Amino acid sequence: MYQILKKQTLNVNTKLMVIHAPHVARKAEPGQFIILRVSAEGERIPLTIADFDRENGTITIIFQEVGATTQALGALNEGDCLHDFVGPLGKESEFDGFKKVAVVGGGLGCAIAYPQAKKLHEMGVEVDLIAGFRSKDIIILEDEMKNACTNLHIVTDDGSNGRKALVTQVLKELIDAGNQYDAVIAIGPMIMMKFVCETTRPYGIKTIVSMNTIMVDGTGMCGGCRLTVGGETKFACVDGPDFDGHLVDFDSAMRRGAMYKAQEKAAVARREEHCNLYKMEVK
Amino acid sequence: MPNMNPKKCPMPEQAPDVRNKNFDEVTLGYTAEMAVEEAQRCLNCKNKPCMTGCPVQVKIPEFIALVAEGKFLEAAAKIKETSALPAVCGRVCPQESQCECHCVRGIKGEAVAIGRLERFVADYARENSTEKPVKPASNGHRVAIVGAGPAGLTCAGDLARMGYEVTVFEALHTAGGVLMYGIPEFRLPKAIVQKEIDTLKDLGVEFVLNFVVGRSETIDELFGDGFEAIFVGSGAGLPTFIGVPGENANGVYSANEYLTRINLMKAYKENSDTPIYHAKKVAVVGGGNVAMDAARCAKRMGADEVYIVYRRSEKELPARLEEIHHAKEEGVVFKFLTAPLEVLSDENFNVTGLKCQQMELGEPDASGRRRPIPVEGSEFVIDLDCVIAAIGTSPNPLIRHTTPGLETNRKGCIVADDEHGITSKDGVFAGGDAVTGAATVILAMGAGKRAAAAMDEYIKNKNK
Ligand SMILES: Cc1cc2nc3c(=O)[nH]c(=O)nc-3n(C[C@H](O)[C@H](O)[C@H](O)COP(=O)(O)OP(=O)(O)OC[C@H]3O[C@@H](n4cnc5c(N)ncnc54)[C@H](O)[C@@H]3O)c2cc1C
Ligand SMILES: Cc1cc2nc3c(=O)[nH]c(=O)nc-3n(C[C@H](O)[C@H](O)[C@H](O)COP(=O)(O)OP(=O)(O)OC[C@H]3O[C@@H](n4cnc5c(N)ncnc54)[C@H](O)[C@@H]3O)c2cc1C
Ligand code: SF4
Ligand code: SF4
Ligand code: FES
Ligand SMILES: [Mg+2]
Repeated sequence: MYQILKKQTLNVNTKLMVIHAPHVARKAEPGQFIILRVSAEGERIPLTIADFDRENGTITIIFQEVGATTQALGALNEGDCLHDFVGPLGKESEFDGFKKVAVVGGGLGCAIAYPQAKKLHEMGVEVDLIAGFRSKDIIILEDEMKNACTNLHIVTDDGSNGRKALVTQVLKELIDAGNQYDAVIAIGPMIMMKFVCETTRPYGIKTIVSMNTIMVDGTGMCGGCRLTVGGETKFACVDGPDFDGHLVDFDSAMRRGAMYKAQEKAAVARREEHCNLYKMEVK
Repeated sequence: MPNMNPKKCPMPEQAPDVRNKNFDEVTLGYTAEMAVEEAQRCLNCKNKPCMTGCPVQVKIPEFIALVAEGKFLEAAAKIKETSALPAVCGRVCPQESQCECHCVRGIKGEAVAIGRLERFVADYARENSTEKPVKPASNGHRVAIVGAGPAGLTCAGDLARMGYEVTVFEALHTAGGVLMYGIPEFRLPKAIVQKEIDTLKDLGVEFVLNFVVGRSETIDELFGDGFEAIFVGSGAGLPTFIGVPGENANGVYSANEYLTRINLMKAYKENSDTPIYHAKKVAVVGGGNVAMDAARCAKRMGADEVYIVYRRSEKELPARLEEIHHAKEEGVVFKFLTAPLEVLSDENFNVTGLKCQQMELGEPDASGRRRPIPVEGSEFVIDLDCVIAAIGTSPNPLIRHTTPGLETNRKGCIVADDEHGITSKDGVFAGGDAVTGAATVILAMGAGKRAAAAMDEYIKNKNK
């Protein structure tokens, strides 16, 4: 069993948990992910390894409650256990040879971009971190992000904190201002990653994206996570999750991501009904 | 006097239009009376031709003679002398091309129902035996098994009985390999597989689930942890897609994904959180056991029309005869000599059909089967909302890529000698689908068994 040692609420629906999982912590690297099941009947969901502590054998995950499984996860407390926790999965990010990079995070993507920025920063790379949020209320990890980069640019859709702008605008300005990036690393919703790629394409700047496709096993066994990269079929769980963004077919990846919309809604409805029943019983 | 009925004692089963709506086991098993009656058809041949067809040399005439005498527990013990998973093999072995195809009763009628008898005996023993396995005294040596499929489980069981401290590392959250995630409940109830795994636990085998060798730790790191020999039974789980345009559309599955969602992740149960397409018109491309399982699952998940699309003719179908027969009874439609050309989809990227081409049989190819060649101008479209690719799997590259010194062949299979499972890397043994490519449960079991003996010898020699 994998115990929750620490739980922290980062904003309304974003939570951080530190999980005891020595097998995973021993080998974890930035860019890799885990797959967990909350309970014996639960589905398998992938989450990025947001941080790790080899000595204490822990893995940090940060997740947004978007549907049935992440809600069930968010309902657990310190001391509770997860039924299954497997990893590290996927390839670690490759940063060799970079001197200056821009890391672009969108919403929760910032939480996932954070360990990457941190690792680069520790390696002595100059990091411009561009973090975009919908509004001030949902900004997460601001202090951590500050310490993990050279320059932090926070933008919000509504201007309630930092600038009112899109991450792509800021990125373009920085590039046009003469910043020479060896790479741009974009992590966030697929639509944001797609537009970051469109922004960097004319400049020919290498752009790395982290593809959050639907997954089951995470070991290359089901093919459910496949996507088209440079005209070839790749499995995000073993060939990725990082890919050259200029080669990714985002449109088909986004449509595959929406594959189970109706059923995911039904699962949330079931969960809510179940919780209400439970509340009634408790009363 | 033997029972000279030319036909096997029939197996009771659920009616086709009842069972194609549930996941309960299709065949219900012999009663004790039926088993005795069928066992009496065996002539107890001196030269035991049936045994030559069994990859693990189950002592067929001997166990059947015990069944005929009503000594069911003794019969079970007889089978267990050479086979670790009789309740499984009795259900899923391709008997018609193994043991039963050599049975002399098959010359003038139907072979003795060896598989059904084996199943009966194993089920009987499971339900009636009071003996509980006990952990033998430890010999102080530790061995590791990678993968908890039939190869790994068999190897683990044999080594544990010899006194080894055995740890099984399994990537998924459940042990059992294909027996758990692939073969559906209606053909192999999971409780039976679980019982076999529990027996191993009683023998002292430790299972470490959620552990991906190659990621969580490499083979070399396992040696560093103090394991003296390692058996790799990681199977052949990497799916092959059809390789036609449109294959990444929504509603196209590999059989592995479709079956895993249903079997391992229980998507067939109402209220399961695991999503799956409840498709109405499904085509499964392929003709093996995997294809039959996917097609029959699709039917049970509520599809009105289910097609098997197969390039060759009925004669070449590689699936077990019983599965083909059952699939037909359940309303699966076979499209023989049909090759897929393209998956068609709508503006939302959802599958709408499969464009196919008619084939005819030409000259025999390397495998001795007549090669299908396209008939010109014969393209046609099947309207569908789901396509499942069941055209084969190969070994997952993870272990190959993370184990220096472990030789693999062109197809990605680990190179190991058939007799002992010895690989190019000292202390590493391998067997099952990881070595042969996708094959059968009994072959995987046999390989696990032989490797266990070889590992024992290896460790003894090393410690001399
Ligand atoms: C490599 C990788 C790393 C990820 N890292 C994080 C992370 O650090 N933090 C985070 O909050 N989220 C992360 N995600 C996304 C996360 O897995 C999904 O949000 C989660 O599975 C949603 O499950 P649900 O049941 O709560 O919601 P649902 O309502 O079931 O799904 C919401 C959306 O999440 C996606 N999704 C659903 N099931 C799966 C699945 N089995 N695998 C992948 N995606 C799925 C779909 O696009 C779906 O529309 C990552 C995904 C991948 C592939
Ligand atoms: C749908 C389907 C139906 C079938 N029907 C039949 C049938 O009717 N009759 C028959 O005889 N055969 C059948 N087969 C074939 C049979 O199931 C296989 O030949 C057999 O299971 C092979 O056994 P194995 O132990 O070599 O591998 P598997 O059963 O594949 O087990 C391998 C195990 O290793 C694990 N693993 C893989 N990589 C790693 C890693 N890196 N670290 C840790 N664990 C790992 C996997 O998760 C898996 O649990 C069928 C196969 C399928 C898919
Ligand atoms: S193990 Fe399989 S091949 Fe051997 S006797 Fe039993 S059913 Fe036949
Ligand atoms: S060949 Fe057939 S009849 Fe002869 S011993 Fe074997 S099972 Fe019995
Ligand atoms: S998640 Fe199954 S192959 Fe990638
Ligand atoms: Mg979900």
